[in-house]
Amino acid sequence: MEQPQQQPPQPEPPQQPARPWPRVFFDGYATAIRSVFFYVLVGNYVGLGALAFEFGFSFWWMAASTLLIWAAPAQVILISTLTTSALVEVALAVTLSSVRFLPMVASLIPLFNAPGVRQRDLLLPMHFTAISVWVEGMRLLPARPRGERVTFYNGLGSGLISGAIIGGAVGFYLAARLPLLLAATLLFFTPMALLMSTARNARALLDRLAFALGLVVGPLVAWLNFGLDLMWTGLIAGSIAYLVHRWREAKSMKATP
Amino acid sequence: MTVELHSYLILILVGFLPSEVWRWLGIALGRGLDEQSEIILWVRAVATALIAAVVARIVFIPPGALAGVPLSVRVVALAVGFFAFLFIRRSAFAGVVVGEAALVFGAMMFGG
Repeated sequence: MEQPQQQPPQPEPPQQPARPWPRVFFDGYATAIRSVFFYVLVGNYVGLGALAFEFGFSFWWMAASTLLIWAAPAQVILISTLTTSALVEVALAVTLSSVRFLPMVASLIPLFNAPGVRQRDLLLPMHFTAISVWVEGMRLLPARPRGERVTFYNGLGSGLISGAIIGGAVGFYLAARLPLLLAATLLFFTPMALLMSTARNARALLDRLAFALGLVVGPLVAWLNFGLDLMWTGLIAGSIAYLVHRWREAKSMKATP
Repeated sequence: MTVELHSYLILILVGFLPSEVWRWLGIALGRGLDEQSEIILWVRAVATALIAAVVARIVFIPPGALAGVPLSVRVVALAVGFFAFLFIRRSAFAGVVVGEAALVFGAMMFGG
């Protein structure tokens, strides 16, 4: 079915004289530091930094992985499986965990459409797109003049990513020096944060079922030990959840003609 | 090639590229994409289950210091944290704090 591409005209923010880009960038950066996500990210990455330390990665490798990947689940997968799994399996698991960026980025693009903005100008801001930056961007960008949006979003992303890098560094440093039990609590932070944040974002039955099945199927597949266990768990548990979702949709369609 | 350089090469090939490619595809596709399409729903379910598998892996095959805490304590602490999350206004913060407290308490009671 053809969908209308034309969007209703939105009220544009008033035209102001162009501000110098460092001011706009700093505006975005300051907004990031005041955002609640900044502190959530610091906590999250403290756990990740400790994880990186335990698995024997270097301090700078951890910082580089945050800067380059900028996706906590992908980084957890990379760090926790790289020493034990085949590279192909790690790459597959990382790529599956990051598919969510496709619809996220695609939904942001219309906000950046402006005269003079080319596709390659969007490579950097879209690299900054992670769940935190995306949520704040969707909320704040519409009120910004179109000409400032790319710069503002770059500032926002830089601010949040710097919180993550600081958190990672702190976690790496602490894991090496804390008593064993406290180091264990730092490492336990990552699975708990993943569990809670996924549960909070799970709106539909589909998400909840996929997560619950993954928790059960994961250890089972790992125990059966036929390799590529993360990928198989994702495919098996995810597909079952999807089929149940389809089946329920079909049933409710019949119930309400 | 040194080990150090090798680990950065792996970071780019196995970490950066497989993740970043979706952002590039997002730019290329722009808005010609429906977030509620069936394929996207299925992919989201697969990715969610995969995250769950990662959680289970860290709890069942824990790294370093966490391995010093008994398996039963790790599993119970995760469950306690999750129930705290459910009952305390779905607050992730409350869930994490209660889960961590349960881990420390369990480790001290049942050996660490």
